[in-house]
Amino acid sequence: MQQQHITTAYDRELEAIQAQIMRMGGLVEEAIRSSAQALDELDLDLADKIVARDHSIDELDEMINQEVARLIALRAPTAVDLRLILTVMKVSGSLERIGDYAKNMAKRTHVLAGMSPMPAGSSSLRRMAREVERMLNDALDAYIQRDEDLARDVIDRDREVDQMYNALFREFLTFMMEDPRNITGFMHMHFIAKNVERMGDHATSIAEWVIYLVSGERPDEARPKADVTSNMN
Amino acid sequence: MYDTPNASADVAAKATKISAKNVQVYYGDTHAIKDVDVEIQDKMVTAFIGPSGCGKSTFLRCLNRMNDTIDVCRVEGDINLDGENIYDPKVDPVQLRAKVGMVFQKPNPFPKSIYDNIAYGPRIHGLAKNKAELDEIVEKSLRRGAIWEEVKDRLHAPGTGLSGGQQQRLCIARAVATEPEVLLMDEPCSALDPIATAQVEELIDELRENYSVVIVTHSMQQAARVSQKTAFFHLGNLVEFGETGQIFTNPEDPRTESYITGRIG
Ligand SMILES: Nc1ncnc2c1ncn2[C@@H]1O[C@H](COP(=O)(O)OP(=O)(O)OP(=O)(O)O)[C@@H](O)[C@H]1O
Ligand SMILES: [Mg+2]
Repeated sequence: MQQQHITTAYDRELEAIQAQIMRMGGLVEEAIRSSAQALDELDLDLADKIVARDHSIDELDEMINQEVARLIALRAPTAVDLRLILTVMKVSGSLERIGDYAKNMAKRTHVLAGMSPMPAGSSSLRRMAREVERMLNDALDAYIQRDEDLARDVIDRDREVDQMYNALFREFLTFMMEDPRNITGFMHMHFIAKNVERMGDHATSIAEWVIYLVSGERPDEARPKADVTSNMN
Repeated sequence: MYDTPNASADVAAKATKISAKNVQVYYGDTHAIKDVDVEIQDKMVTAFIGPSGCGKSTFLRCLNRMNDTIDVCRVEGDINLDGENIYDPKVDPVQLRAKVGMVFQKPNPFPKSIYDNIAYGPRIHGLAKNKAELDEIVEKSLRRGAIWEEVKDRLHAPGTGLSGGQQQRLCIARAVATEPEVLLMDEPCSALDPIATAQVEELIDELRENYSVVIVTHSMQQAARVSQKTAFFHLGNLVEFGETGQIFTNPEDPRTESYITGRIG
């Protein structure tokens, strides 16, 4: 893609950080998929694995942060290198957060598994999670390919995730109003839905950083926002 | 990434001090500066960066007609200081250089006392009516050069007996003693250690209040630290000129990018 630096060690360091980001991305995509599957199929072994694996994601984030600090101190990156380093930090931070949300879903799966009946909505959540996983996958592809158009596409798709979340929110609310005994279960379901929606926000944020990386400019603040639940009463 | 309103306002608000248009410089057959247009603003530090031999020093020397002293050198185009053409035959280059002072790469104090190093310019330009006034100019200049405290007890010791960093600050004090409006600095820190460099950089930042400063530097970090505007020269062309923050985060020209990120261009 880019010309080489005169100092070849600099290129090697940047490549090593890129490789860590990609590993982290792979783990996080997997965590999204598995957490939705564990919930939908009430697979508690899988849920435990997600909780256990979150450590590796956190460790990668920590390593990336250390590498980034080292690189800034030693190489004083400028221009595209500076934008790359800032982007790496932000992407790593977002991936780490998504990992936490997946872990949180897995923990709630345990609670929900002990309830009968299990509240409805888990297959809708799985669809929503699948869309978020695709967004993340595309955001990371856009990052690797430096593909601004794909990044914009991801940002646009966040609206759909927000709409799915709104629909679920209303549905859960209806169940809760119908019978107060449903409240505990659907509160958990609602938190899960909110987690998935937040994952979508982080995938979107990654896409926004890709645009900054490529163009040097942050996309407009006026990005589509379709989570209307904060205005609902 | 985000706007830095103060820095941008800094860049926007200043008047043009030097305006250069279609400047060409030749050394015999060598075309060293090619069609350069640039506006140097008042009360601001402008950095010239670029690979060795790209013409930074050549262009800098055009701004106070230092190139006149080089026989084979020919300068074409318009260079205006406050709207007046500095290459007009009516302009006295010596007077011009009092207005547009210069600090060189290697500190070059005269082989005279610290006091006389500073007093020399004001004397020949008749800036002081008597000894008391001259004393005052010397003290004020040494203070502006951020070296007064270190030399006030040995003003009559030779300037050449100071350390390299002190000598450079002495030379800056000497350059400001004639009350110039513009200060040109050609790699003023290349012979200095990091502490002396930091002192000179601090000084440059203070000088910005009263002067228009142009600095040639090979240190990207220095350009980024001290300047508000940066000009990137390459093979005699002015490739890119813009706000320093923009040049170092998001340069427009791929040649600028290759250079500042340390890539082979
Ligand atoms: N006195 C001179 N006589 C002939 N050619 C010269 C003279 N001074 C400079 N040049 C040529 O003009 C070009 C620009 O030189 P200049 O000294 O302006 O470069 P520079 O950007 O200041 O380089 P550096 O960073 O190495 O100081 C070079 O090709 C140089 O060889
Ligand atoms: Mg030079």
